[in-house]
Amino acid sequence: MINSEHTAIMLIAVPLLGAFTTAVFGRVSSSLRNIWVLAILASTELLAVLLGVNVLEKGINVYALGASFPTLTSPEGFPVRIILEVDAMNALISLIACTITLIVVVYCLGFMRESRVLDKAYTLILLLLTGMLGLTLTGDLFNLFVFFEVVSISSAALIAFYVHRGQSLEAAFKYMVISATGALILLFAVAIIYSQYNLLSMAALAASIKYTFLDEVALVLLISAFLLKAGSVPAHMWKPDAYGEAPAPVAVMLLTSALVSLYVLFRITYTVFNPVTPTIGWTLALLGVLSIFLGVSMALIQTKLNRLIAYSAIAEIGFILLGVGSSLTQSPHTSKVGFNALSGGLFHILNDVLDLGLLFLAAGAIYYLTRENNMNRLGGLGKTHPVLGVFFLIGLLAVSGLPPFNGFASKLMIYESVYFFNPLFAIIGILGSILMAAVYVKAFYSVFLGVFPPQELGQIPKSMLAAMGVLALLILVIGLYPATVIKYLITPAADALINPGDYIGGVL
Amino acid sequence: MSGLSKIVRVTAAVLMVPVSTFGLYVIMHGHLTPGGGFQGGAVLATISALFIIAYADEIKKALDVNLLSLVETLALITFISLAFLGLSTTFFSNFLLKAGELFNNPAVGINGGDLNTGGIIPLMNMAVGLEVFSALSLIMVLMYYGSKMEVPEDVS
Repeated sequence: MINSEHTAIMLIAVPLLGAFTTAVFGRVSSSLRNIWVLAILASTELLAVLLGVNVLEKGINVYALGASFPTLTSPEGFPVRIILEVDAMNALISLIACTITLIVVVYCLGFMRESRVLDKAYTLILLLLTGMLGLTLTGDLFNLFVFFEVVSISSAALIAFYVHRGQSLEAAFKYMVISATGALILLFAVAIIYSQYNLLSMAALAASIKYTFLDEVALVLLISAFLLKAGSVPAHMWKPDAYGEAPAPVAVMLLTSALVSLYVLFRITYTVFNPVTPTIGWTLALLGVLSIFLGVSMALIQTKLNRLIAYSAIAEIGFILLGVGSSLTQSPHTSKVGFNALSGGLFHILNDVLDLGLLFLAAGAIYYLTRENNMNRLGGLGKTHPVLGVFFLIGLLAVSGLPPFNGFASKLMIYESVYFFNPLFAIIGILGSILMAAVYVKAFYSVFLGVFPPQELGQIPKSMLAAMGVLALLILVIGLYPATVIKYLITPAADALINPGDYIGGVL
Repeated sequence: MSGLSKIVRVTAAVLMVPVSTFGLYVIMHGHLTPGGGFQGGAVLATISALFIIAYADEIKKALDVNLLSLVETLALITFISLAFLGLSTTFFSNFLLKAGELFNNPAVGINGGDLNTGGIIPLMNMAVGLEVFSALSLIMVLMYYGSKMEVPEDVS
């Protein structure tokens, strides 16, 4: 039907079309709408897989919008087109985003079954997916800003899903303010770059960057904008509110969008700027360590389950920043340790979204059963719902980095390579991981063991169990065969990230 | 609430003609002059604002929430479908340019300001104008009536 060269743009266009048509189908019947949304997401997933295979086989995939043929990126030798540029790194992230959205929507079929605003919720979820895929695939700095805004607006509306609650509105407002600030910072950085080079294409910019003082300012602004969005330490305060007050599936989507903005951060630092000084790496690693420390220690004192997971999400972002930051201080082209740290950080992006996603979905199921978020008022769920307990336990062990789960593989890669770079950072990381286990064991104990609260509980819908089951299965498979995953998914991605020459060559 | 005095209502009704003319002008000339779908749609939406202020509750039937929401969705679908139709070359490709009849050659430099020179751009401007008009009207209607409505607790 469609030429394979159009895969990249279809990946953005199909969920966008799905978002617009969902409201129309919702007027006809709700089951038709559910089938339609699932069909759109399944085809998006298929496109992501096709794109990934295409990139692995044929190298970088470039798409110029509105050109007379898809690969005409620089008419008359000058890169003016809005382009999408996909290498193994983008392909991996877009695959993760599509998979998680599909799982989340399957979960929503049960979780939000009785809601009256599902048309709008599905539309917003699809728009959020469009925004994330746009952020991932675009090769244009201004488009980056546009999709950043798409992600912000749709996430803010989704955070305010429980619109009758004051806290949800407050969390959504906080998120809106933070991301609007981030977007303005990003726009300012883009303006600085455009005023110097008359270029917006990331690849062309990478070829002509001169490391002037203004470039450094722009780099710092870009890093701050995407760290705001990712929620690393100096800008973490919106995260517990947003993740805690949003419905659990929305929290998983927010988590995915945070990881997508981390990817953009790495793309900008590695490919566009490719800094020669280790300062940026040191800063990122330091922020990572601070995030680990603060996230874990704040998670210890939480009583609300969602907020607890949200704080541990800050710590997990810290692990990724620690891995990638320490690889930035070394030269990953030559140093095996630096490459290992980078692969560990990228592998942890995948593992983080699976582990915390499973925990968030399990927390959502607990809320679905008991309408209760406070761990002090929960207990004994392990006797009535053992399957849910097993899912939570898998998430717990994976997120604490215990073998044979996926968190162990990536965290070990991060620890062993960071140890060469700075032993103290590695030790703080390991301590953070141990504390994480303590946090979650406490949570597991107070929710699933102990005294059963005197109330009748219903059953968990099958679609919710299926969604959690798929995540748990992925965690187990990746945990048992980490070498295969690293070989086929992570190493090509890390290779793509450290070789800006290929990225530039795709356009010029 | 019954709205404002007769003078204001008549003025609002009379103003509808120049305001909508201007809004449609901005949308139609989007590919030739500053402005376009969004700006023209916003101009058109001021009519809704004017009427809500002048007529208050009496306008409820004309600015129906369901209808506005449907129009908005259909306009968006039109927009993205036009983008999809360009897929024989590339997404968003201007496939109607130089197609003959209604779609002439593009205007370059100083020109007579003919409207039939933009290919699919005027069509997309119309879709965006309709979408912005209905979306902004919807926002204003919801803000006006929403202040009186009770928000029921969502079950999930």
